[in-house]
Amino acid sequence: MSQELTRFAVLGAALVIAVVIGLVARRTSGTAARDAGEQVLTADDLGSTLGSRATVVQFSTVVCAPCRSTRRVLDEVTGRMPGVAHIEVNAEERVDLLSRLRVRRTPTVLVLDSRGRIVRRISGALTGQQAQAAIAGVAPEAVAA
Amino acid sequence: MSSGVGVDPRGPRVAAALTSAVLALVVLTGSVWLLLAQAAVFAIGAVAGPQATPYGWLYRRLVRPRLGPPTELEHPAPLIFAQRIGLAVTGLGVVLAALGVSGAAVGAAALAFVAAFLNAAFGLCLGCELYPVIARLRSARGI
Repeated sequence: MSQELTRFAVLGAALVIAVVIGLVARRTSGTAARDAGEQVLTADDLGSTLGSRATVVQFSTVVCAPCRSTRRVLDEVTGRMPGVAHIEVNAEERVDLLSRLRVRRTPTVLVLDSRGRIVRRISGALTGQQAQAAIAGVAPEAVAA
Repeated sequence: MSSGVGVDPRGPRVAAALTSAVLALVVLTGSVWLLLAQAAVFAIGAVAGPQATPYGWLYRRLVRPRLGPPTELEHPAPLIFAQRIGLAVTGLGVVLAALGVSGAAVGAAALAFVAAFLNAAFGLCLGCELYPVIARLRSARGI
């Protein structure tokens, strides 16, 4: 009897944990956090030239489904913005950057200003509007152009 | 990372719901045999893709004919990775239970249930998104 009760409790706890994780993941997905701008990424770090106004760096893996939708969204949004580059980094090949930048989730999107300083950080899949808002906060002139 | 091949994304969601139900039953009954059966389903999915599992077959046979065509196809790589995570967790549970570790089957089933339920209810593959954490742990240990 007590064993049955324990098992029901375990299942109930697992259910609650799953729902909490799901709600937190959904809620935090796509929201941009300000970064102090103390960390800098260079063209050497990324193996690709930075945008003249801003650079959007996306950390992805092959096994991450939301990374694919995020790539489409960012390609579309940055394509309309002159001077804004979109660089995708394969997290599996750049574990050094993951540790240095404390990336915990894919996709993680960093928005760099014209000098490569990290000023915004977005975790999880994002919408076109969220991407545009995050870039506008860094390079308003690129969005207006 | 190019696409081209794709899977109807609703199939894996249905499969995740069935997986959640089976794992919930394992938690309630403590049945190692049922956990072994689920591990076998994960093994098929991990090797041949989620469409090859009995759950994929059930979806095509019973659910798909009642739905319209999918609006979007999903790349199979994340789905196969999720099946591998499931196999690792449930497989470990079966092995520990066989070695006589009490609570191993129920514990592993509960853990896998969290992942499968997240997949079914929220479309979230936790293990897939947390790759950076896994990679950093690995590099910290020098594996």
